Amino acid sequence: MTSLSDEERLIAAGTDGSAMAMRIVAESARLLGAPRLLPVASAHIDGALYHGDAGTLFAEELVRLGARTAIRATLNVGALDLMGCSKSRLTGSDRDMAKRLMLAYEAMGCERTWTCAPYQAGHRPTLGTDVAWGESNAVAFCNSVLGARTNRYGDYLDIACAITGRAPDCGLHRPENRRATVVFDVAAIDPVWLASDWAWPVLGTLFGRELGTAIGVVSGVAGPVSEDRLKAFGAAAASAGGVGLFHIVGITPEAPDLATATGGADAGPLTGTIMVTPAMIRAAQAGLSTAAGATRIDAVAIGSPHLSLEELESVSQLLSGRTARVPIYACTGRHVVREADRTGLRKALERLNVIIVADTCVVVTPILPAIDGVLMTNSGKFAHYAPGNTGYGVVYGSMADCLESAVTGRPVMAESGVI
Amino acid sequence: MPGVVQALQALQALQAEILIPGPATNGEALVLAAPISFWGGIDPFTAAVIDARHPDRGRNIAGKVLALPGTIGSSSASAVLLELVRTGLAPAAIILHEPDAILLLGLIVAREMGWQTPMALKLDRVVQSRLTGQITIDAQGRITPARPDTPPA
Repeated sequence: MTSLSDEERLIAAGTDGSAMAMRIVAESARLLGAPRLLPVASAHIDGALYHGDAGTLFAEELVRLGARTAIRATLNVGALDLMGCSKSRLTGSDRDMAKRLMLAYEAMGCERTWTCAPYQAGHRPTLGTDVAWGESNAVAFCNSVLGARTNRYGDYLDIACAITGRAPDCGLHRPENRRATVVFDVAAIDPVWLASDWAWPVLGTLFGRELGTAIGVVSGVAGPVSEDRLKAFGAAAASAGGVGLFHIVGITPEAPDLATATGGADAGPLTGTIMVTPAMIRAAQAGLSTAAGATRIDAVAIGSPHLSLEELESVSQLLSGRTARVPIYACTGRHVVREADRTGLRKALERLNVIIVADTCVVVTPILPAIDGVLMTNSGKFAHYAPGNTGYGVVYGSMADCLESAVTGRPVMAESGVI
Repeated sequence: MPGVVQALQALQALQAEILIPGPATNGEALVLAAPISFWGGIDPFTAAVIDARHPDRGRNIAGKVLALPGTIGSSSASAVLLELVRTGLAPAAIILHEPDAILLLGLIVAREMGWQTPMALKLDRVVQSRLTGQITIDAQGRITPARPDTPPA
């Protein structure tokens, strides 16, 4: 049974938007078995992506009832590129309702970030802070890399938490539920491979498949791991298995050593150790491609999660002035687009057949041409969702191989085949 | 022999725990053979099972007493269910092996919107498999075979 404070009960008994939001949070807490609600410091909202008119009507009802966010709330992607960099093929009523949905969330006071990488757009809650975040990659990054505490807040509950500033007190908000129960040991894997960008989405995919929703700790990684690599790892792990929190010994903040990550001597027993082999890595990588034998590609998509400015700059460096034969869809947030506009990077890339996609991405809204095509990507998450959501077959490769392939129009696997 | 019929019905009655209350209802039982993700697994505009790998692909959940042996979490499962409620294509009732807070959020929000909301019940998946044919559920969560004179919902 969930017990509410007097203040929470009073709010829930009202008739305005806050009342509706409080009832939604309280009912969710009851179903989750949470004993109480806890205050949350910020939210990241995934509910502004159009899935049908009901979501728009709900958001507009909250606006009509005067609901406003009580805490900082950033917005995940919508179905439309409001910056006008690219064009979604949504038309008619769907397009109108998708736009109304995005505007309703803005009207409630959410920040117009429109990115799935809010943690690279200045939204970085500190270690141990309770927050209410949605979007699986953002949840994994927030818990694992920042060490803030969140469950996965899906559609409707995310905005209800932002309006009330409360969330159900359960799951990953509680320290005892954050310890790793499985060790994922990569000591037998070539450190040179582990030091490449393209290792991390593959490793994340394997981690997600092996762990499911269990909490694992990666051991055997030497040296620092860049934030962009952790981002790629978490996104792949979340889409392949539902991972909401991972630890990496010596890298992530709740894993200074293996004993701390697993909860020390007082914790329960480990349920297993996974000794990762090169064969497991090769199988995970092979599983990311559904069109491995393709002799041509029709497009390249990068940026799931959204590209950082450094990643977008690396596109320019790797192309080094060569125009791509097939379009390169580079998905990113407006926080990066603003910088790229300031330095001229966006215009320079667009001249080379790079299409910047802002505020949204190519697997959540129809941007890719409607053909029976082959898409090459370096993103574990795009590889996972593109076949179902876009109809394209997928070839998975490193960023450098993706860009070489875009220049030639044929899959080039210069570095992606080697482990 | 109404006495015998009632005795048989009493034997077959099941008491489920109410997760989300709703009005009494009846409908044909549809017990899915495998867990499902509503997002990507159910078409929000037709209520058909569309997951290519699901054994019940092609069945339609609209108006059914839908028993789910398991649910696969997706953050947008609630959006699919809410859309089905809005368009009148929701199941007559949803029976879950264990509560799925994300899916049921679709019903919580539907109720807040003032839309007619089906009840959700909790019943062990082993017991779920006994559900067949037309069944009736009263507002207290008691599940019985539908009486022959009960019109479909």
